[in-house]
Amino acid sequence: MTETTVSPLLAVADLAISFDTGDGGHQAARGVAFQLHRGRVLALVGESGSGKSVTAMSILGLLPGNARVAGSLLFEDEELIGCGPEKLRALRGGRIGTVFQEPMAAFNPVLTLGDQIAEAIHTHKIFEGTSVKLRVRQLLTTVGLDDPDRVARSYPHQLSGGQLQRAMIAMAISGDPVLLIADEPTTALDVTAQAGILDLLRELRDDRGMAILLITHDMGVVADLADDVVVLDRGRVVETAPAGRLFTEPAHAYTKALLEAVPRLGDPRPAPEPGPEVAAVGDLVVEYGRFRAVDGVTLRVGAGEVVGLVGESGSGKSTVGRVLAGLVPVTAGTATVGGADLTRLTRHPWRHARALRRLRAGIGVVFQDPASSLNPRRTVGDSITEPLVLHRDLDAAARRARVEELLDAVRLPAGLRTRYPHEMSGGQRQRVAIARALALNPALLIADEPTSALDVSVQARILDLLRSLQRDFGFGCLFVSHDLAVVEQVAHRVAVMHRGTLVEEGTSGEVLHRAQHPYTRKLLAAVPVADPVRQAARRVARTAGVP
Amino acid sequence: MTALKRLPGVLGTLVVISLLTFAVFYLLPADPAQLSCGRPCTPDRLAQASAFMGYDKPWFQQYLDFLGGIVTGRHFGAGRAAVDCAAPCFGWSFRLNAPVTRLLLDRAPVTFSIAGGAALLWLVIGVGAGVLAAVRRGTAIDRSAMLLSTVGVSAPSYLVGLLGILLFGFTLDMVPVGGYIPLAESPVDWAWHLILPWTVLALLNAAVYARLTRGQMIEVLGEDYIRTARAKGLRERRVIGRHGLRNVLIPVVTVFGLDLGTLLGGAVITERVFSMQGLGALLIDAVGTVDLPVIVGVTLFSALLVIVANVLVDLVYSVLDPRVGKETTSR
Repeated sequence: MTETTVSPLLAVADLAISFDTGDGGHQAARGVAFQLHRGRVLALVGESGSGKSVTAMSILGLLPGNARVAGSLLFEDEELIGCGPEKLRALRGGRIGTVFQEPMAAFNPVLTLGDQIAEAIHTHKIFEGTSVKLRVRQLLTTVGLDDPDRVARSYPHQLSGGQLQRAMIAMAISGDPVLLIADEPTTALDVTAQAGILDLLRELRDDRGMAILLITHDMGVVADLADDVVVLDRGRVVETAPAGRLFTEPAHAYTKALLEAVPRLGDPRPAPEPGPEVAAVGDLVVEYGRFRAVDGVTLRVGAGEVVGLVGESGSGKSTVGRVLAGLVPVTAGTATVGGADLTRLTRHPWRHARALRRLRAGIGVVFQDPASSLNPRRTVGDSITEPLVLHRDLDAAARRARVEELLDAVRLPAGLRTRYPHEMSGGQRQRVAIARALALNPALLIADEPTSALDVSVQARILDLLRSLQRDFGFGCLFVSHDLAVVEQVAHRVAVMHRGTLVEEGTSGEVLHRAQHPYTRKLLAAVPVADPVRQAARRVARTAGVP
Repeated sequence: MTALKRLPGVLGTLVVISLLTFAVFYLLPADPAQLSCGRPCTPDRLAQASAFMGYDKPWFQQYLDFLGGIVTGRHFGAGRAAVDCAAPCFGWSFRLNAPVTRLLLDRAPVTFSIAGGAALLWLVIGVGAGVLAAVRRGTAIDRSAMLLSTVGVSAPSYLVGLLGILLFGFTLDMVPVGGYIPLAESPVDWAWHLILPWTVLALLNAAVYARLTRGQMIEVLGEDYIRTARAKGLRERRVIGRHGLRNVLIPVVTVFGLDLGTLLGGAVITERVFSMQGLGALLIDAVGTVDLPVIVGVTLFSALLVIVANVLVDLVYSVLDPRVGKETTSR
């Protein structure tokens, strides 16, 4: 490196991005400005629609054709706005590497990882066949994959999310970039995999002096990795500060609200007196073909109690939820909801269709993504009415009254009844999904990652709503989530699953603050907290604890 | 190996189809013996004809004889008038006085020539036009390609075929208007005589493929891995060709296999229009003269082709898409 100047690697000034949408256009970013120096991590933080991803993609010139970009993007003292496609292509994958959010989708499913990484190398440098292979191997080893040859031969669907994201980083650094753009690099990953990726990114910054432009909505990730933070709200920069100061003295109201909304571990809900049992599984085993998803789980949900079921992807937590909803047949063991034996009913779903229907009337289910769990061609009112039509003998006026009552319970105006899901925000849609789940006054509510698809501020409000609804209606609730802090906000008791088995169960206080099982501790240690100082200490403790 | 695993299913399907075809045979009001017994048709002669053809036996016996004939061959009639139908015997056309197997083998090359050439042409034209329209989405190229394809989808093949003959055959006198020259006889004449039917069939089918390809390509171009490919600095041509097209072809191949399989069983209208004696023409003639053994033979043969095409599609599918057919190994 022969840099003699101290000019920033990337200087963004007065950046404005708009999209021609036919009806006047949409301004995605305006007046955005920040500077990124070599060897630093700058985080662009904001909720959906804040313009953070659009800003990052404008650097690569990868915005859709209807985008208009104005202002200045100086990279290594060269203006990128208005420069030719040849120049941009040389930068992409060369001086600038990129890591995307969802590694499973970001790799081409029909090509091996080795091929896709080799392609990146071929595009920018001329190597002989054998040395490219060697280079791929080297890169995969650098990012901490211990069987590089097997990974190179694999197709994306054969690897885990964490492995794929490491391979994605290997591909991104194949051209020895000076700038790495990481767009929500850990959002789709489990906490333990996330911790590994964040460590790897830090290592790359330290060892290679690489600058990282980190795009994220997760304040814990920011606290873990970022040196500087730019907070974006609706396309404008509201605050720019070093990470330390941002967390201790946030200046802007929006930043404060954002930090406020981040769920933190530390204040468990006290467990109520256990009510009569509404749902239980005993020695539950569920197999999908030859794969054993749930392996001997015993769990009980009492009336008026929220049981948090946590675990990483593939732990079998969602399967337990689906069993209780009567959606998955039980392989062995028992499963009962309101005293009805699901094991028997789900084994012959056609023979017991009537009994299953009666049973489901007592169960409400809320899924992760309200955008896909609500029928896009039905109004919100119709969606909420459907369970009433199926299970209750009400006349039109009574149904309408009930819908309005439910909308009011989830704090939506009754006027939304005639709207379609696409006309609503993510938070509003999830409220509708909750209203539908509660339409029949269920004794059991199964919530499967109900807030994972939402922004933190929206998440906080939905969790609030769930808590108060639960207090008012008194239903028992199985709350399935990968997010320990979210679970703590709503659950009275917590059960931790790992590879199909239950490793620990107890009150929220016991499990989340005095964890006994090593896996629970590992999980807790991997959660980044939204406080750079504490996070640094936790990181040291975590890496020291691992041999 | 995958193909071997499919074999029982393939055979099962064929048995079911042969049974169904046989059932139609017996549900039809026409009596083949009656048709071939000549005039005047005395009860004696009718019984004689019936016995000669084997129609006097119970239906399941006939079916088993038919299946047996495929494996070992069989005889029809007795004594001097006996005819020998060598294995694999798919029946005997008393009307054409020839084994059905030979009729099929005689006619198949004509149909295969028409279908194979046309399919290749429409795949290239259709996929090419579809990709171009998707990449230039919203431009004049896109709009005209889609307009043409709407015309292509809605135009009947006999009309386009006849117009083609009228224009290029008679008015401009550029190409022959019909007839088939075997490939072995003269490859140039073979292709020259097929050029018009190829073009007509290809243009009509290409329309469907252009639409399918365009839709798929637009979807694929919105995928995350396309953005990744661009972020690697790949040229747009390579992004489209290597990352886009490869994924687009997966559904296209499925449709293509079935279309080709169906067409190989007889390009009925095209053969008629261009006076080519293929399987389609054979079937039409057989239906016209109630030549039931031929109808059964062509039906079974077509079914076999569709099934084989299906198996081939599945094989190609597992090559194109590594996620299919193999166990997921995540460790």
